[in-house]
Amino acid sequence: MIKIVTDKAPTVDVASILTAQEIEGIHEYIHHYPQARAASLDALKLVQKRNGWVDDAQVNAIANLLDVPVTDIEGVATFFNRIYRSPVGRHVILVCDSIACYLTGYEELAAELKSQLGIEFGQTTADGRFTLLPICCLGNCDKGPSVLIDEDTFGPVTPDQVAELLEYYP
Amino acid sequence: MSQNEQVLAAETAETPRLSIAEQFARRKQGQAPSQLNSQRVPIYGDKATATIETKPLTWRLAHHDAILDLETYQSLRGFEGLKTALSKAPKEVGDMIKAANVRGRGGAGFNAGLKWTFMTPPDGGPRYLICNADEMEPGTFKDRLLMERLPFQLIEGMLITAHAIGATDGYIFIRGEYIVAAERLMAAIDECIANNLMGDNILGSDFSFNLHVHTGAGRYICGEETALINCLEGRRANPRTKPPFPQVSGAWGRPTVVNNVETLSNMPAILINGVEWYQSLPNEKGNTTTPGTKIFGCSGLVNDPGLWELPFGYTAREIIEDFAGGMKQGKRLKAWLPGGASTDFLTTEHLDVPMDFDTIQKAGSRMGTGLIMVVDESQDMVPLLKNLEIFFQRESCGFCTPCRDGLPWGVKLLTAIDDGQGKVGDVEKLEGLTRDLWLGKTFCAHAPGAMEPLMSALKYFRHEFDSKIVVPAVEVDAETSEWAETEIKKVMSSMVSSNPAASSNSGADTGSNNNSDTKAGAEAGNNTPTSKPSDVK
Repeated sequence: MIKIVTDKAPTVDVASILTAQEIEGIHEYIHHYPQARAASLDALKLVQKRNGWVDDAQVNAIANLLDVPVTDIEGVATFFNRIYRSPVGRHVILVCDSIACYLTGYEELAAELKSQLGIEFGQTTADGRFTLLPICCLGNCDKGPSVLIDEDTFGPVTPDQVAELLEYYP
Repeated sequence: MSQNEQVLAAETAETPRLSIAEQFARRKQGQAPSQLNSQRVPIYGDKATATIETKPLTWRLAHHDAILDLETYQSLRGFEGLKTALSKAPKEVGDMIKAANVRGRGGAGFNAGLKWTFMTPPDGGPRYLICNADEMEPGTFKDRLLMERLPFQLIEGMLITAHAIGATDGYIFIRGEYIVAAERLMAAIDECIANNLMGDNILGSDFSFNLHVHTGAGRYICGEETALINCLEGRRANPRTKPPFPQVSGAWGRPTVVNNVETLSNMPAILINGVEWYQSLPNEKGNTTTPGTKIFGCSGLVNDPGLWELPFGYTAREIIEDFAGGMKQGKRLKAWLPGGASTDFLTTEHLDVPMDFDTIQKAGSRMGTGLIMVVDESQDMVPLLKNLEIFFQRESCGFCTPCRDGLPWGVKLLTAIDDGQGKVGDVEKLEGLTRDLWLGKTFCAHAPGAMEPLMSALKYFRHEFDSKIVVPAVEVDAETSEWAETEIKKVMSSMVSSNPAASSNSGADTGSNNNSDTKAGAEAGNNTPTSKPSDVK
């Protein structure tokens, strides 16, 4: 038997993986571009909202929906800093580690966050509350050191304010 | 030296910063991160003198903290520039902007109007205008403010540009972290659509244009225009080969122009006030001819970091002292980056160079985004460079080998040197990298950008790198060490007797002399046992 190698995504039942709202949202994005593929990043971001990360099935479903190879969607998903392909905590703390925040004391801030959460960069707390990651310049350099928690940018955040800041994110 | 001391002195106290609770409260009231700044000198300077003639980019902020609805924007001469543009033929507008010489504010400083002329002529198919709002250059935060507080101005600038180049669709490529900015732009676009300022037959003319907001998800390389186009098309954001340039074959293979947020925000005022006015703006300082105003800024350990709209020609000293309130208490200026992490360091010597593309280039750096970052004397350049290079290493797209492998090599060397594990020759290897990752050897400008701060740090602060290199202790027997000592004494005495001028010269440049001493010492330490093999046994 001849095996035909194709780069098409394995056909999956998109409706069982993505919600109706997600599918509608992705179609909404497709309208903004001349080609469906262009919605890949938007689709990944939209789907990520549900669980905080994107699993294999979801990647496959997006590939089906946009009719592009699954490897292309995976390529996009793994390229970007803020698309997560493995589980993350309820809140993701992104600490700016670029030069302006380095000069204003990000290292002390990161050390304090690590010690209060008991995790290193790239890890999630045991209770699944926080994931801690470094990020490049948040464009908040006049108020360094800066952090981005979920969708909120804060700065300046000094080490003694860490406990107070974390309180806002149960 | 005494002049340099002035910059170092903290004349004003530090600006009080918002507490976490205050930050939360003000965000809850709907304020964007850029509205939480408490800089003492406002971005538009003085409220009384901030007009469309003096501060064309930010004068509206003197009246409102942010202009988020169409009515307010229109009450402040909003969309007047577009109306003027629509009364002219596209070519006329293009020629006007070309004559005005709006130098690209994204860092390259290329005449935007001239860039537009490289576009393939219209053939009836789609043509794209993309706004590069992927502001991720470390130390840069100007586009965030322009989008969060003046979204309509950017949209008007894009409409004018689209009319000039015959674009049918536009995209604002905004980085994923600028969440409020994206929301505000989308709301502004919706309001424009509802008021016939967007869509078909804008304001009754035959010009039609649709604008979309595309958000990224955090990759520095997306700021490179061809990588940005790949990302927009839904592909991995690897840069594309040039040529073909985007003006010929850009998004979806169609003619495309990519301009920075600030560049596009310049357009409305030029249409209202004219070319001559635009070119007269640098007369305020009189030391440069680059037309227009620019948003300059300052970050790092200064009293009052922030952004200020100024004509070209202000010096770094003026920006740091007069606007940013000088260095923080007890800090002294050591070096500064003129416009983001991918520009060369300059030192206290260059503080009086006017901030302009050509003058900063002549001083050995690039103006880049024009947002100064100051490094104070307490900073050790080795870990500082390590931080910079880790950033570039992480943000390499991984497409070409020199960048993908070379940048981590640089980080490894810097880490080793910083940890006291550096070997003799490591600093030279770093120098080698600055040559091997230079323009023409990599696919795009990412790695050369990473090399600029490294190259200049090695130029001005070489001794800090050298002093961290550990010369391995060499075990020698008594006979060899005795021989070495007499040899050294012989050489030393011959040097003193043959060249008495050498000793008087050495006083002039102690810095570099120290370097060569350590280096020579290092080499001697290495060579002694091997260079005299016959005597050892």
